[in-house]
Amino acid sequence: MTRRSLSAAFAATAVIWGGASYADISPADIVWEDEIAIPASLTGTPGDPAAGAEAFSSRSIGNCLSCHVNSDMPEHDFQGDIGPPVDGAGARWSEAELRGIVSDAKRMFPDSMMPTFYNDNPDDYIRPGEAYTARAYNPETFSTLLTAQQVEDVVAYLMTLTDW
Amino acid sequence: AVLSSTAFADPHPDAELIIEGELHIATRAEPPEHLGGVFPEIYSGWLFRTDETRALQMDDFDNPGLLFAERGEDRWELAEGTANQSCADCHGDVESMAGVRAVMPKVNENGELWSLQNYINNCRTERMGADAWGWNSEPMKDVTSLISLQSRGMPVAVKIDGEAAEFWEKGREMYYTRFGQLELSCANCHEDNWGRMIRADHLSQGMSNGFPTYRLKNATIVPLHQRFRGCIRDTRGESFAEGAQEFRELELYVSSRGLGLPIEGISVRQ
Ligand code: HEC
Ligand code: HEC
Ligand code: HEC
Repeated sequence: MTRRSLSAAFAATAVIWGGASYADISPADIVWEDEIAIPASLTGTPGDPAAGAEAFSSRSIGNCLSCHVNSDMPEHDFQGDIGPPVDGAGARWSEAELRGIVSDAKRMFPDSMMPTFYNDNPDDYIRPGEAYTARAYNPETFSTLLTAQQVEDVVAYLMTLTDW
Repeated sequence: AVLSSTAFADPHPDAELIIEGELHIATRAEPPEHLGGVFPEIYSGWLFRTDETRALQMDDFDNPGLLFAERGEDRWELAEGTANQSCADCHGDVESMAGVRAVMPKVNENGELWSLQNYINNCRTERMGADAWGWNSEPMKDVTSLISLQSRGMPVAVKIDGEAAEFWEKGREMYYTRFGQLELSCANCHEDNWGRMIRADHLSQGMSNGFPTYRLKNATIVPLHQRFRGCIRDTRGESFAEGAQEFRELELYVSSRGLGLPIEGISVRQ
């Protein structure tokens, strides 16, 4: 059993509440629509836009602000301008498309500079490292850049960005 | 107000690097032909820095990197090793090193690609009978700073054909490789997005003519390979070691992107 299917199995037995039982959808098990969108929630738990905003700005979580201007966050001085402003993203894209972009933007935008935030397979990368240490990755701990719930939170936050 | 980023975009339009009010060092040049038109003009990283940081490099008294070169002068004269000889004993005045930094890295007589540090350590171990200096060690920083200063104002002139060609090709390939979990290549940041902001950082064209650099953030000299390491670290990638074959090849290729830009001696960056 691989490490990933193991952790999926743990998640399946561990996360039970409200009578329903959900397991996070692992990156390998995502069901894509038209190769670019993800209609189903990765967790079954609705995203929290406030937590998503925090993940968007935090350098240690999504750090999306390093590449995107977001005028919903004037309190953050330094906003990168590598990608387009995300203003109005919630009006431009469907929730399924945003889930696809946040999980693996290179499907919607081939060769994009935007990192893949939901992929835990080190074999897909060239010299993946142990976070920002410049050392080789640890196969025991290598994980997605955002957790499944953080993807849901960020998507929920982006859906609130309807003005542009 | 949010868009503080756009206020910083692009290199400074007309700043001139004039050291001590007299030595004019060009910070813009015609791009080398091998770049195939990816840049309209090539720029020193100096043009992308703030007014304050740029000013530090215009005054040798304010440039903290010069202290390293000063210490390097003492080391140049210091006899060491089983041969009890100093650099000066064989090379005479350090001015004899003029032009050396501008052609590094280069292929040695055994067909290996060597950086300045390799040549220095070869003299230490083979000629002086002394210990090799670590790539990022204090004595290495001091002496490479001193030697670089002798080429101040001389254009980067690395050789990329002949025996150097295979190394250059490998360096080129590396430059376009998307490393790490963030899958970012040198080109993603320094070719496709120079002039833009990546959060608080203003992206330059990633030129190497300013090295060794005194980095205010580190409060010390940062050798080029250490900068490479930092840039690969920022891709959430596994770096190569300073001095590794891969980094010497990358050094050759990166240097060749700046062919024609003058060596700054010891630059100051934030
Ligand atoms: C290293 C740069 C980088 C980072 C970090 C980054 N992005 Fe992007 N993003 C891009 C680029 C470039 C594009 C434009 C797509 C392309 O490549 O053509 C983009 C596109 C997008 C789009 C679609 C833009 C539109 O038209 O509305 C959204 C939404 C988005 N990103 C959200 C995010 C979120 C959320 C994060 C963090 C979790 C993030 N990005 C992190 C570079 C980045
Ligand atoms: C994630 C973006 C990113 C990537 C990828 C990246 N760099 Fe950098 N690099 C920077 C930033 C930010 C700086 C500091 C500001 C500047 O000078 O651009 C920098 C600085 C440099 C400098 C110093 C320039 C100067 O004048 O002081 C060099 C040289 C350099 N990078 C080379 C490289 C090489 C070679 C690679 C590939 C191995 C690379 N970079 C990959 C972001 C990046
Ligand atoms: C015993 C004599 C001797 C001593 C001592 C010595 N060198 Fe050398 N060095 C040489 C010779 C010979 C060469 C190869 C011929 C040449 O390029 O001048 C050389 C080459 C070099 C080169 C390469 C120059 C080029 O253009 O390729 C550098 C740099 C250098 N030495 C630096 C130093 C430093 C720094 C020291 C002291 C730490 C030192 N050397 C001590 C004899 C010496």
